[in-house]
Amino acid sequence: MIRIEGLTKRFDDITAVENLDLEIRPGEVFGFLGPNGAGKTTTLRMLGALIKPTSGTAQVAGYRLGEDDQALRRNVGILTEAPGLYDRLSAARNLSFFAHMYGVDDVDGRVERYLKLLGLWERRSESVGTFSRGMRQKLAIARAMLHEPTVLLLDEPTTGLDPEAARLVREFIEGLRDEGRTIVLNTHNLDEADRLCDRIGVLNTRLLALDTPAALRREVFGRKVVFHLADLRPEFEATVANFPFVDAVESIDAKLVVTLDDPENQNPAIIAALVSAGAQLQFVGEIRQSLEEVYLRLMSKEGAEPERGDAP
Amino acid sequence: MNRVYQIVLKEWAEVFKNRFVLFTVAFLPILAAALPLGILYAINSSPDFVTDIGEDIPAGFAALCNNLTGEECAQYFLISQFILLFMLLPLAIPITIASYSIIGEKTTRTLEPLLATPITTAELLGGKAAAAVIPGVTATWMAYLALVIGAALMDVGPGVMDRLLDPFWLTAVFVVGPLLALTGVSVAVIVSSRATDPRTAEQTSMLVFLPIMAVFFAQLAGLILIDARLVLLIALGLIAVDAVLLAVAVQLFQRENILTRWK
Ligand SMILES: Nc1ncnc2c1ncn2[C@@H]1O[C@H](COP(=O)(O)OP(=O)(O)OP(=O)(O)O)[C@@H](O)[C@H]1O
Ligand SMILES: [Mg+2]
Repeated sequence: MIRIEGLTKRFDDITAVENLDLEIRPGEVFGFLGPNGAGKTTTLRMLGALIKPTSGTAQVAGYRLGEDDQALRRNVGILTEAPGLYDRLSAARNLSFFAHMYGVDDVDGRVERYLKLLGLWERRSESVGTFSRGMRQKLAIARAMLHEPTVLLLDEPTTGLDPEAARLVREFIEGLRDEGRTIVLNTHNLDEADRLCDRIGVLNTRLLALDTPAALRREVFGRKVVFHLADLRPEFEATVANFPFVDAVESIDAKLVVTLDDPENQNPAIIAALVSAGAQLQFVGEIRQSLEEVYLRLMSKEGAEPERGDAP
Repeated sequence: MNRVYQIVLKEWAEVFKNRFVLFTVAFLPILAAALPLGILYAINSSPDFVTDIGEDIPAGFAALCNNLTGEECAQYFLISQFILLFMLLPLAIPITIASYSIIGEKTTRTLEPLLATPITTAELLGGKAAAAVIPGVTATWMAYLALVIGAALMDVGPGVMDRLLDPFWLTAVFVVGPLLALTGVSVAVIVSSRATDPRTAEQTSMLVFLPIMAVFFAQLAGLILIDARLVLLIALGLIAVDAVLLAVAVQLFQRENILTRWK
């Protein structure tokens, strides 16, 4: 649905995105993670044919960048970084204007449908200047959907929303995925990326990592198993460390935290060894690494490349 | 075409909610019609006033009065001074509308979602320009109509009426007016792409009025004579100026430039 080949964007002396190669499948929810200034917004702008790549290209919704950009724009919906609404106009008027710009046939019907879907129908006649941050964001999402695009590019869809509004937006995005739309979203919310995205690309000018959230955790950290013991004696740690497949052992309170690659096959041997050494095992479980730790690890490996300032 | 029309409707719905814009669009035309009419009224009710200014009329201008009576010549001279106001109208109104509209879009950051739609540069610029030019030109013509009708009702004398309807005024109002409106919009577009405050953009753009004032004061000083031929020459010059300004504006309105070069 989206095929990105060597996409690069330079602004004068700043390289915002460098040599991005990536394929996003139809119906996939793909998330870009990365620090401020990583080039996430720049990438979405290029994919929406808003700015031209310096080099490289991409095919979005069946159209190659630069060949038939108008057709591409008709098939792509963008939620821009700032909601960008006409404050002096009503919610309904904002949407109907954009519906006309997209050449939607049944403007009123479409506006009504999306105002209702996002819970703004009751306030359709109020001017947007009086709306809260969350209501604006919902209206901007409705606008991105008006022409029912097959590909949706969402720049930080839940930033600045309260937990309830953020959840509503997330559920709406899940609904869009279930309809088979392809969604690319930028986010700083790692938890959200974890829950919502089928795959994640960690971007910092270049693409640093690309995989499912679960695989990213595994790749970066290996897997960790925790053994809860009734009493932790120092020799137990040595017992476990003796196994060649164990990467690391730490003792924390009455627990042993063991890093290994294949717990399903390696745990039984460790359990047997601990029991025969006299340990009283209470629980055994796997620690789920948070994506945040994965992310921070990736960024520190990057050599803490300095932030180059926010987009204008 | 529908997109241009929709942009015009949207611009008007938005920009006329701003009281500064509304004030400029409503107040200037009223002033332009009421001031000359008020003066005509004053002349009609006190004939001495006319003989006083009769002596102040520049010699060049007096030549235009060949077959007018002294009183008519004075009336005509006075009204002619207001041509400046009629040239201000089609310039100031579009500048105000365009400045508020474009900088408004910058502050609300609506340009990016707008550019994400399949709108063309020509449609976007055309819509913005039409939304600014139409009220400017309409207001100028209405004010002129009010002046002509008012003068006729006031019974200013056939000589003055003829002059108000002569090629000089007609070319100024119906040819130079729209051309100035186009100049105003193009300048406002260019200035607004660099500015962040609509008042500043408006005032900066209004600097294009200086050359027009210069021509006018040159006449008052008796240096030149503004007649139909000079007005026509000004119109030709404006066509060239507008073409250049418009080309610059079109360049500035490319998606890439709006999103990456505008401040
Ligand atoms: N119009 C521009 N002119 C010059 N530099 C720009 C422009 N737009 C973006 N940049 C630069 O490109 C880099 C990437 O910016 P971008 O906005 O894509 O980052 P981002 O990942 O979206 O960041 P954030 O998380 O803060 O939204 C930054 O260094 C930014 O300063
Ligand atoms: Mg961004």
